[in-house]
Amino acid sequence: MSKEVLRTEHVAKSFGAVSALEDVSIRLNRGEVLGLLGDNGAGKSTLMKILTGFHKPSSGKLFFEGQETELKSVSHARSLGIEPVYQDLALVNGLNVYHNMFLQREIMYGGMFRILNDGAMRERARKQLKEMGVHIPSVDVEIAKLSGGQRQAIAVARSVYANAKVLLLDEPTAAMGVKESTMILDLVRRLKEKGEVSIIIVAHNYAQIFDFCDRINLLQNGKITFDQRTKDTSVEQLTSLVVNEYRAARENIGRS
Amino acid sequence: MAKDIADSLPQPQDQPRRGERRGLLRRILRSLVHFREASIAGAGILLVICFQVTAPAFLSPGNIANLAGYAATTAIIAAGEVLVLICGEVDLSVGQVYALSPFVMFYAHQAGIPYVPAILLGLIVASVVGFINGLLTVVLRIPSFIATLGTFYLINGFTLTISGGFPVQPPAVAIITNTFGGNWVSQILWAIGIALVFQFVLRKTRWGLHTIATGGNLLGASEVGVKVGFIKVGNFILCSVLGGLAGTLDAFRIGSIDPLAGGSEIMFMAIASAVIGGTLLTGGSGTIIGAFFGAIVLGVLKDGFTLLGISAYLFDMILGGAILITMLINVRLSLIRAVGGGQ
Repeated sequence: MSKEVLRTEHVAKSFGAVSALEDVSIRLNRGEVLGLLGDNGAGKSTLMKILTGFHKPSSGKLFFEGQETELKSVSHARSLGIEPVYQDLALVNGLNVYHNMFLQREIMYGGMFRILNDGAMRERARKQLKEMGVHIPSVDVEIAKLSGGQRQAIAVARSVYANAKVLLLDEPTAAMGVKESTMILDLVRRLKEKGEVSIIIVAHNYAQIFDFCDRINLLQNGKITFDQRTKDTSVEQLTSLVVNEYRAARENIGRS
Repeated sequence: MAKDIADSLPQPQDQPRRGERRGLLRRILRSLVHFREASIAGAGILLVICFQVTAPAFLSPGNIANLAGYAATTAIIAAGEVLVLICGEVDLSVGQVYALSPFVMFYAHQAGIPYVPAILLGLIVASVVGFINGLLTVVLRIPSFIATLGTFYLINGFTLTISGGFPVQPPAVAIITNTFGGNWVSQILWAIGIALVFQFVLRKTRWGLHTIATGGNLLGASEVGVKVGFIKVGNFILCSVLGGLAGTLDAFRIGSIDPLAGGSEIMFMAIASAVIGGTLLTGGSGTIIGAFFGAIVLGVLKDGFTLLGISAYLFDMILGGAILITMLINVRLSLIRAVGGGQ
């Protein structure tokens, strides 16, 4: 059990009468990439928001590095090393790349006026992006001038260098072309090879992330219905599970 | 969008310096697109030349004094307004704080408090107004336009009540008067100093970075952990204090404290200066140096038209047109910058 980083036990969450999660137990091991798949409305986003400390679960327990933990807020989760990369990326368009990367953990000269050390931030941002294999024209360009993939890569790099132990990627390739998606997935693959960070990646295009996930969990109607190591399953098996879900849904509609 | 002094710092080596091969004219055009401050400063220089040609008294010492005092007041208020606008908010009450602060100073002094502490007391009252504006906006979630419209009338009524509606005269103490705007040189020095200090705060400090982040992406900035509410309240306070300071400086320059001075006139001039100078009303981007030049341009326009004998009615029409045209140009230039005209 010592290699487990994050675990939930029977987590449920309801918003008033609407039950978003019924019973979710997941486990993330150190250095592992866990693919969390599910249709729209299956509860993926709710689960992610519980893991980031944004929502509190209605019931159930959460363990971080083996300790039962109650995440009080997003910043509490972040202080433990749980770093979310939001779909909106939380980037500020008017700021350049390195200001975005160091927003809220700026490098400053000493003294009460908190003067920014732009030189140091520029250098370190350039070094970190190079290390991660992210290519952009310059760290001085405004973030608005970069492509969707480059922006996503910078959001990931920011989280990784915030000393993330657990990286939560919410639909990292949503609304992206093939070339851009490949760049992001390559980035995740390189992070995996380094093995310093554990990753949960939420997606509904499972064919895309199948290759480099160690394990796949399928979330259907607020429950984990499938938990297999990637090497013990196949894209075909997942497809048939999803197809069955659609069939069942269609029959339900027919009956009512 | 926000191209400024900070970006004139060394560029990364891996970027070829293409600019050097270009002609002078193209480089000037490029910098007009690139640096917002350059376009407004250029407009100001053109206006000064035009007025000097048509009205030779324009650059006479007396007129410069007149112009500088007026432009300096607007520039100081505009500096604070830019900070609030960058946060994505607006402060309409600042023109009334301009009238309130010198009255607080005057009555405090009458009550036996020495001048410097009395001036500080006036500014502290201004900061309380800013704090209230901030709380109304951030905690009670009243849109700042409405919240500060409310405080605008509240403060106006308060100032009129305590003054009985009559102007008073600040007693003349040479050293105090001369330091605090008693002549136009000291006032324009205050304005330049404030513009430089706050431009530095905006571009080179954590406070400035968080201010831009708050206005640029409120949700994103708070997700990253920026204390957006704190930043907004702080900038409302700064704006109010600068409004109070401008009022105090004017009290000494003009030699009279008028409860009806300031108000919406000076507040709108400050917002117009900020917008003409290149600050976005939508937040996330702005420049205090630009607002300083914006205030000078508005001052030059007003003063020049007065010298030419153009009526105040016509002036308002021209001012309105000028604001609309500069806004149009700003929107165009922002689009050009956004598609890569900048870097």
